[in-house]
Amino acid sequence: MMRLEKRPQASQGFAYATPLLAVAATFFFGGLLFAALGKDPVEAIATIFWQPLFGEFAFYYRPQLLVKGAPLVLIAVGLSLGFKAGIWNIGAEGQYIVGAICGAAVGLACYPAQSALIFPAMVLAGALGGWLWAMIPAVLKVRFGTNEILVSLMLVYVAEQLLASMSLGLLKNPEGYGFPGSRNLQQYPSAHNAELIAGTGMHWGVVAALIAVIFAYVLLARHRLGFAIRVTGEAPRAARFSGVRPVRLVLFCLGTSGALAGLAGLFEVAGPAGQISIDFNVGYGFTAIIVAFLGRLHPIGIVLAGLLMALTYIGGDIAQSQMGLPAAAIQVFQGMLLFFLLAFDLLTHFRLRLGRTEAV
Amino acid sequence: MKLTTFMTGAAVALGLATSGIAADKTKVGFVYVGPVGDGGWTYEHNEGRLAVEEAFGDKVETVFVENVAEGPDSERVMTQMALNGADLIFTTSFGYMDPTINVAAKFPNVKFEHATGYKTADNVSVYSARFYEGRAIQGHIAGKMTKSNIVGYIGSFPIPEVIRGINSAFIHARKVNPDVQFKIVWAYTWFDPAKEADAAKVLIEQGADVVLQHTDSTAPQAAAQKAGNVITFGQASDMAQYGPLPRVSSIIDNWAPYYIERTKAVMDGTWTTSNRWDGISAGMVGIGEISSAVPADVKAEALALRDAIANGSYHPFTGPLKKQDGSDWLAAGEVADDGTLAGMSFYVEGIEGDIPQ
Repeated sequence: MMRLEKRPQASQGFAYATPLLAVAATFFFGGLLFAALGKDPVEAIATIFWQPLFGEFAFYYRPQLLVKGAPLVLIAVGLSLGFKAGIWNIGAEGQYIVGAICGAAVGLACYPAQSALIFPAMVLAGALGGWLWAMIPAVLKVRFGTNEILVSLMLVYVAEQLLASMSLGLLKNPEGYGFPGSRNLQQYPSAHNAELIAGTGMHWGVVAALIAVIFAYVLLARHRLGFAIRVTGEAPRAARFSGVRPVRLVLFCLGTSGALAGLAGLFEVAGPAGQISIDFNVGYGFTAIIVAFLGRLHPIGIVLAGLLMALTYIGGDIAQSQMGLPAAAIQVFQGMLLFFLLAFDLLTHFRLRLGRTEAV
Repeated sequence: MKLTTFMTGAAVALGLATSGIAADKTKVGFVYVGPVGDGGWTYEHNEGRLAVEEAFGDKVETVFVENVAEGPDSERVMTQMALNGADLIFTTSFGYMDPTINVAAKFPNVKFEHATGYKTADNVSVYSARFYEGRAIQGHIAGKMTKSNIVGYIGSFPIPEVIRGINSAFIHARKVNPDVQFKIVWAYTWFDPAKEADAAKVLIEQGADVVLQHTDSTAPQAAAQKAGNVITFGQASDMAQYGPLPRVSSIIDNWAPYYIERTKAVMDGTWTTSNRWDGISAGMVGIGEISSAVPADVKAEALALRDAIANGSYHPFTGPLKKQDGSDWLAAGEVADDGTLAGMSFYVEGIEGDIPQ
């Protein structure tokens, strides 16, 4: 008989080992999946993980890793603060959308004026938009005790409707022949979040993600607020005795994660995406939840996890076109990663015992 | 701009490299917005891809990526195809428009074909189908068959293509049944079986006994089958598995002839930028088998309508027609011009409700 026994203390070793174990298990079972589809598993995994980094066209894919990874990291860092404290913002996707709408709206309102102030104003508007959207679940929680998981998630769908409305109405390109979608900000220099150094993929969103990571690291390691976040997550009652004010913490965590998600949306709409369109959001807000957990809610871990997820997306597309792997198989592969991570996570807190149950 | 030159250089270098290996193999890429198994839009584009393989055999190699989000992801997928030596790339969703133009600028030697958009370049063509011709036939059958006089319509996004379809169907339903009303639900998706099924259910509950759809899944067909006494039409693909009831006919997108023609043009070196908008006559729009559930006389009328559109003797947008607000649009006998149709953003007289903004 096998049974689980709770460890008196969480295992430090397993906390660091589980991501690696999860990746290894994903390789193994993902390989089986690819083999079952009649593809060479080694080649498939090499295509996904090797080609973008060291393949023939790595000069193009490496910058793309930053482009794809930056919004994930930026959002996940914000989410991790709340998750650590047991405050669950599931609606980053909505905050991402609203941030993009607000930021783009400021830029589009200024069109075609050229000024160095336009882009900074858009950045502020993007952060503010995301912050406001996150304040809805935050205020409802502290005022009426509603569940922030449900409210923030439901607001994603509201934001999507708002996005459709903006693409078809207020922000629609007046020179777009009636088609939905805003003007392309890539063709509006003052509002364009261009690459800082051509060919590197490095845009302001990447810079913002790095700054956010450093701030989060310092906050958690050195600042009183970081202590409050950690202690609230680990021992809520003790937190109260030590003078943590839960209301402030909820407002801070939801607000910060919302603002960062809004920023990610703004940098995306002004840069790689270029325009507000009905299908502007592609799930960064949800994937960032995976990234946050994959990165152990630790800022540095999140950077690595964000790049890993970006790698699976980019490599997955390559595997699709070069090997004819179906998109669904790639998604299953990505899903396995989170599944195994959560499964192995069990070992951090529990220990596997073989043998018969002892009488107490 | 450094990147552009760098990439162009790389593409040229690659072109030289691959031309040595696969001397006369033309590589054709396809970027799909949905899964190839959607049974509708993407399925038919993939059928077109298979037809290209069939037609050229060893001389052609095709690649595709499905479920590609519109925006930066599509730009990356297209770039990746171009880097890997594609000679011709079909991008099959409206939202790929700006990404297609961006990537095309970096790879002047690769030809791009963008479906349903309006931006062209030296190496970018656009193509679409006159689906509204098929809608006219659906409208005719719907007007004749409805008993409740309520026709439900599942719209995807309120864009000109969809509005054109609604207008065309409505005009021809009203022609044969002055009491018919359209109820329109916007799903804001091209492919989401759950949402589409919900939309169909809502319409049926509101009394619709005909459901037209401009979304790609078969979910509305299944919902209609379950409700009973409701007829539907296959969208983009034949959806024959739902016949003879509820599916009584369909609009079939047939991209194969166009894809084969354009691939041939690349092989022959005769490819030039074009703006193609073909309908029933060129075979790009097909009318699926009209099932036994439709009375013989209605079927005959529908086929006659199809033939009249195909041989050019009838245009679905022929005056007298007024806009929804009562203002004149087309005088008696006047035919709508393509420019107006391409950017259509108004309902014709008689349709209730507003186009969402």
